[in-house]
Amino acid sequence: MDDPQGTSGAQATPLTCAEGRSTVETIFEKSRAGRRAGTSPEAGVPDRPLDDLLPAEMRRAAPARLPEVGEGDIVRHYTELSTLNYGVDTGCYPLGSCTMKYNPKVNERVAALEGFRGLHPYQPDALVQGVLEALWALDRWLAEISGLHRATLQPAAGAHGELTGLLVIRAYHAAQGRDPKRVVIPDTAHGTNPASVIMAGYETVTVHSDARGGVDLDELRGLLDADVAALMLTNPNTLGVFDENIVEIARLVHEAGGLLYYDGANSNAVLGVSRPGDMGFDVVHFNVHKTFSTPHGGGGPGAGPIVVRDILVPFLPVPLVERREDGSFHLDYDRPQSIGRVRTFVGNVGVLLRAYAYIRALGPDGLRRVSDMAVLNANYVLEGIRDLFAVPYERRCMHEFVVSATPLKEHGVRALDVAKRLLDYGLHPPTTYFPLIVDEALMIEPTETESKESLDGLIAALRAIVDEAKTDPELLHAAPTRMPVRRLDEAEAARRPVLRQRFAEDEAAGGG
Amino acid sequence: MADETYPQELKYFAEHDWVKVDGEEAVFGITWFAQDSLGEIVYADLPSAGESVSAGTTYGELESVKAVSEIYAPLSGEIVDVNGRLEDEPQLVNDDCYGDGWLIRIRMSAPDEIDSLMDADAYKAFLDHE
Repeated sequence: MDDPQGTSGAQATPLTCAEGRSTVETIFEKSRAGRRAGTSPEAGVPDRPLDDLLPAEMRRAAPARLPEVGEGDIVRHYTELSTLNYGVDTGCYPLGSCTMKYNPKVNERVAALEGFRGLHPYQPDALVQGVLEALWALDRWLAEISGLHRATLQPAAGAHGELTGLLVIRAYHAAQGRDPKRVVIPDTAHGTNPASVIMAGYETVTVHSDARGGVDLDELRGLLDADVAALMLTNPNTLGVFDENIVEIARLVHEAGGLLYYDGANSNAVLGVSRPGDMGFDVVHFNVHKTFSTPHGGGGPGAGPIVVRDILVPFLPVPLVERREDGSFHLDYDRPQSIGRVRTFVGNVGVLLRAYAYIRALGPDGLRRVSDMAVLNANYVLEGIRDLFAVPYERRCMHEFVVSATPLKEHGVRALDVAKRLLDYGLHPPTTYFPLIVDEALMIEPTETESKESLDGLIAALRAIVDEAKTDPELLHAAPTRMPVRRLDEAEAARRPVLRQRFAEDEAAGGG
Repeated sequence: MADETYPQELKYFAEHDWVKVDGEEAVFGITWFAQDSLGEIVYADLPSAGESVSAGTTYGELESVKAVSEIYAPLSGEIVDVNGRLEDEPQLVNDDCYGDGWLIRIRMSAPDEIDSLMDADAYKAFLDHE
């Protein structure tokens, strides 16, 4: 990079991408030698030679190359970066399987109340009765919503809930003197399911989907035997369709001695409409950060409580919040059959309190309406774009749906190109290439919090993009062209990732 | 990426692998259809020479920008060579799937398994059916 003043000791190479230079400078590029954001007062102690304080061999040879910028530069830099963010507070975010709904701000206010925020996890039960009551209530509400009996709020994410649920299932089988080895998972499952199965010490067996997108019953019958510990199912599944055979599936699995695990990632479709417990499931996890609305994405924190049938309650992690006869609450560690802890303390309480606030604000009728609107919105978008794509399963969808971009292949356009072009229209793209059983999949979940105008905007953008694909596919191949960073070379990024800032003088010296 | 082809001299397996029989040995790779479906491959996780593979079971994984996919052995035998170039240049599987993008070479333990493989025309018909 040119440095006409020749003043900087730490000039960085600008971020580049396939389509040319990014318009966003890094803080290192803004650095100019000698600039400061503040000045220190004179030290109140006498100066001493550095050699007296730190032996020379313990000190770095050259100063760390930290950016040197003024306070105004810093504020402008980070303010500019913040305007480049896209989130549920800026627009429609139809990222399938992720339930990117708007998160009501009242959740934040509740979680930030001094009586919650100021607590320390080692405070005695008597001093934290408020938060214990909130957690106790949330436990019961999740049980009511799922049609099961008791929850643990400890798991820190949905996948952590899966692992916890499987460990509870394993403890249950062990208590019966059984040691089955396998867990059956459909080919539409979230990738976390097989990963959790392996973590829990089981082997996975895949059952394929039938022509309607549900579990193939005949194949399932052939797979079930006394060696099957459980079946994990998401219902509605990742195709956005409800498995109508669930009662029969549950009967078959139970008959073989297995238990049923409900991946609650898609609970947004069924709140107050149907309950996993009534369908025959024995363990449910909720991604409360999705279904019950707390900000998520980017690595957490989340919370993945599990709720279990009465026969599994003795095996839940410790502690559970219990209410004494005098109405006071305490943490109960005296649970001899428990699988033990799965996380420190009682879980991600800040997230759980947001879920508490959300459920409390909406109530049973409000939650039912959430799911009604989520399903209605998804079907509205599906009908608005049905003619543009291939629809692999011709059914009424639930809270999300999957279409295939294969009809655009003849124009040399793929699902990825459609997704990238949506960025140019100012919208977050849907999930692509998942579930794996649909070629060129676009998985769209609008959520209940989008208005009709917002949904119409999404439909109009997709229609415009498909028109472009037919008339000027290059527009899609080049997309995004209106973003500060253009099309990333994902293959190169995976093959030769650049994991840290590179400085011009290192590049010149052949270093890296 | 080359154009869609399925060379006549190769045999094909239903998991979209090709086989080149070479005396007592056989070379495995994935077909044009497989690499096109996977998209740009960024990492090849292959076994080492000396390990055995068994027909119809997985022996490695290919990771593309879309997903990680298992690779299935069309025939059984002992691995005698692995394409080491893929460690640094996994894109060879996309660029030249029947040539420099080969995966492993085995010494066959059950050569009669070859009879169960498809020829190019049968594989093309199989693809149309898929």
